[in-house]
Amino acid sequence: MSVQFKSIVELRGMLDDKLISASELTEESLKLAKKYEELNCFVTMNEEFSSKKAATIDLETKVNAQLSGIPLAQKDLFCTEGLRTTCSSKILANFIPPYTATAVEKLENAGSITIGKTNMDEFAMGSSNETSFFGNVHNPWKKGYVPGGSSGGSAAAVAAGIVPAATGTDTGGSIRQPAAHCGITGLKPTYGRVSRWGMIAFASSLDQAGPLARTAEDCAILLNTMSGYDSKDTTSLNADVPDFLENINQPIDGLKIGIIKEFNLGELDTEVQARFEESKKVLEKLGARFVEVSLPNISASVPTYYSIAPAECSSNLSRFDGVRFGHRAENTDDLNDLYIKSRSEGFGDEVKRRILIGTYALSAGYYDAYYKKAQQVRRLIKNDFDHVFQSVDVLMTPTSPNTAFKFDSKGTQNPIELYLEDLFTISSNLAGLPAISIPHGQVNSLPVGLQLIGNFLREDQLLNASHIFQQNSDFHLAQPDLGNF
Amino acid sequence: MSWETVIGLETHVQLSTKTKLFSRASTAFGASPNTNVNLIDCGLPGVLPSVNKEAFYKAIRFGMAIDAQINQTSIFDRKNYFYADLPKGYQITQMDLPIVLGGSIEIFLNEAVKTINITRAHLEEDAGKSIHDEFDGFSAIDLNRAGTPLLEIVSEPEISSAKEAVAYMKAMHQLVTYLDVSDGNMAQGSLRCDANVSIRKKGDEKLGTRTEIKNINSFKFIEKAINFEIKRQIKVLEKGEKVIQETRLYDSSKDETRPMRSKEFANDYRYFPEPDLLPVIISDEEIQKIRSEFPELPKEKETRYQQEFKLSAYDAQIIAFSKSIADFFESAAKKTKNYSLLANWLIGEISAYLNKEQIEIHESKLTAENVAALINRIDDQTISGKIGKSIFEEMYSKGLTPDEIIKSQGLQQISDDGAIEEIVMTVINENSTQVAAYLSGKDKLFGFFVGQVMKLTGGKANPKSVNAILKDKLK
Repeated sequence: MSVQFKSIVELRGMLDDKLISASELTEESLKLAKKYEELNCFVTMNEEFSSKKAATIDLETKVNAQLSGIPLAQKDLFCTEGLRTTCSSKILANFIPPYTATAVEKLENAGSITIGKTNMDEFAMGSSNETSFFGNVHNPWKKGYVPGGSSGGSAAAVAAGIVPAATGTDTGGSIRQPAAHCGITGLKPTYGRVSRWGMIAFASSLDQAGPLARTAEDCAILLNTMSGYDSKDTTSLNADVPDFLENINQPIDGLKIGIIKEFNLGELDTEVQARFEESKKVLEKLGARFVEVSLPNISASVPTYYSIAPAECSSNLSRFDGVRFGHRAENTDDLNDLYIKSRSEGFGDEVKRRILIGTYALSAGYYDAYYKKAQQVRRLIKNDFDHVFQSVDVLMTPTSPNTAFKFDSKGTQNPIELYLEDLFTISSNLAGLPAISIPHGQVNSLPVGLQLIGNFLREDQLLNASHIFQQNSDFHLAQPDLGNF
Repeated sequence: MSWETVIGLETHVQLSTKTKLFSRASTAFGASPNTNVNLIDCGLPGVLPSVNKEAFYKAIRFGMAIDAQINQTSIFDRKNYFYADLPKGYQITQMDLPIVLGGSIEIFLNEAVKTINITRAHLEEDAGKSIHDEFDGFSAIDLNRAGTPLLEIVSEPEISSAKEAVAYMKAMHQLVTYLDVSDGNMAQGSLRCDANVSIRKKGDEKLGTRTEIKNINSFKFIEKAINFEIKRQIKVLEKGEKVIQETRLYDSSKDETRPMRSKEFANDYRYFPEPDLLPVIISDEEIQKIRSEFPELPKEKETRYQQEFKLSAYDAQIIAFSKSIADFFESAAKKTKNYSLLANWLIGEISAYLNKEQIEIHESKLTAENVAALINRIDDQTISGKIGKSIFEEMYSKGLTPDEIIKSQGLQQISDDGAIEEIVMTVINENSTQVAAYLSGKDKLFGFFVGQVMKLTGGKANPKSVNAILKDKLK
């Protein structure tokens, strides 16, 4: 029985009805990964351990939890004990962590099976997965096209139906943008909702883990398990975690949705605009009301982000020095030479670029003009959101101004061009707010995503609205033709 | 030309918490290399710091003791630099908002009291240790110390001589040990300082260019390093040259300071707020609790010792000066009643032994019980004070109880008057010439008879009884 393209809810039913065992399901999933190896979704497979765990689960007699026996893929920046974790970087190409990230541990404790670690932009820096040391990932919808990034491997693995869901992380759009480009659902929770312990940091104050799945309902299942305060991450939120499935079916009659004036959607590609208008109509029919709102400072999001994120990254990546773990250059003269050579050899160009930008932004004499100023602007952006959420429930934008693009077509000459990919997604990271991307049709046979941004800790509203949308449309059911792979 | 020295000290106090500032690894000294290290301390990818509140409580206790402003909201910053024993490539410290602001410390020099103002004191984590001489062709890293909590206490530039700097560090040592915020062990690096030294013409308002001498860890070296630096700077200025602002190291083997290679310290630390830690907030309740559990300080102890134990003002002051001696005194005082004799021993004999070895009393083999027992044996005249001193030597070197030594060596004092009388009579009978001389007025000979009695008893006769009986028999 084919398990490809099945959701967690569907697979749960099959497992509970004994139509398939956890072992068979895991084998199928591993087979699909092998079959579509050319997509290059995975950096490391976890065959032996997954099969063993599946066999153990099959022997369990107690009532199975929702995720029990469900195969998942983990973005390769979550540390996994005994399983190589590379961040898609040469500098960690042989790094085997002695511990497991909290988010993954929670999913595994709930019975899910990690079948492998997914490809990504190196250290999550990129929007096309092209900065990976382990090569490009193909978009399952079109060979030679990017899946988006940085969680490109996770998005492609779910879009190709290899696994029903995967973990990702989102610093400026790294869950939502690849979800949009691959035609799946991806949720970035409120900053602090999911513990960052064991998640290799890019920009600490922006990084947030979340699920990528085929449906909003599956995202809710994963989020239920991943969320919660963790004493090992003092920035995680000590807030109640509701059952995100509880109100997911509630009608969205009267939902107030804000459209952000400053995003000038009228200047977008007409087809992208058309999908957006169509989705508005779907939601209006379901009882949602639209209002135009203003976030006066939101246009400063991209430069603000590209001051803060590289600054934090320049410091976070200092530990990769070749001394204790990771790549160490050979034939070095002294300590300084060891640093210079190990880091020059170990990091790719985009990572180096961001370390340089960040180092500059924090330097004496520039700190006030860049980092400090950016933090002040960040506060203004957050205030704007606080203000509009007094009058609307959620905000709606396209996830990305474009569809997936060809390999090597963007950003190779001018990185700024690629940075603008994140225009719609970055502001919710700066404000720490939850946001989701759901598929809502195609432009030139490539998927496009619709983004909903929610108020602080209101993932429930985003999941509810997305679920109702998906109950009343079939964009999320579209499957790519994988004949070319 | 007359010169004036201006010194400011940055003191690093290792806080005596059981675990590290941002991890739950032990801070115990002397463990095998890299055994008191967990995932956080070695800066593995993906780890995050979480704070140890005990370190905050200790820092606050220090702040209260120096009458400083306590910032109940603590924000941490990253100080970025590369070094092999700095696992994360940055140190977590406090830049803009130190936990302790202001306050002052009194120092004592030549019977005079001087107040030194404190600029600030902030919490930070220590780095690990690089070992360059143990493996041929390699350097080794020991991360046991990495992440140990430090309180960096910055003084105002109000110290005007090397001797004052030493007095300041001694006052600091007394304070931090009394407050139980640190064990104050300088040899193990629990208390060390950087000295900022500058010279100016007497009467000048403007400060001269300063140099910073890094990481000095004994009272002796503080004095020597600063004095060397003062002389060096004066020589530079008298030649008409300028002092270069730089960081210098004190080399105790050559008794000189010399500039650190510029590679050994970075210039731009790119400080920015630590995004992995939320502000740490200390509640009013916590502050109240710290205040209510405030330990007794030397001055209070001095007064109490005079009242409770009837010690002289002088004895009380000396006993209370050192926390370890005061603690020892108080526990020994539970087992003996002769407090003044106990104090005399602590100030005299015991301190002399400790000073010779340069150790603290709790590092010696002495126990309060044994010392109290010794005092009791002297007090109840089982032994004489003189024998007490010889017993003490064995107690000190072997850790034996006084009774064990008295018994095994038969040192028990003879206080039985009958037995002493017998010996006195023997001495009188055997020295008739001297007896005659004494009786004819040679009073000085009395000492001779005492000596003879002591000789025959191996020094064990109770001197008071010997005197009384001799006087009686020689009438």
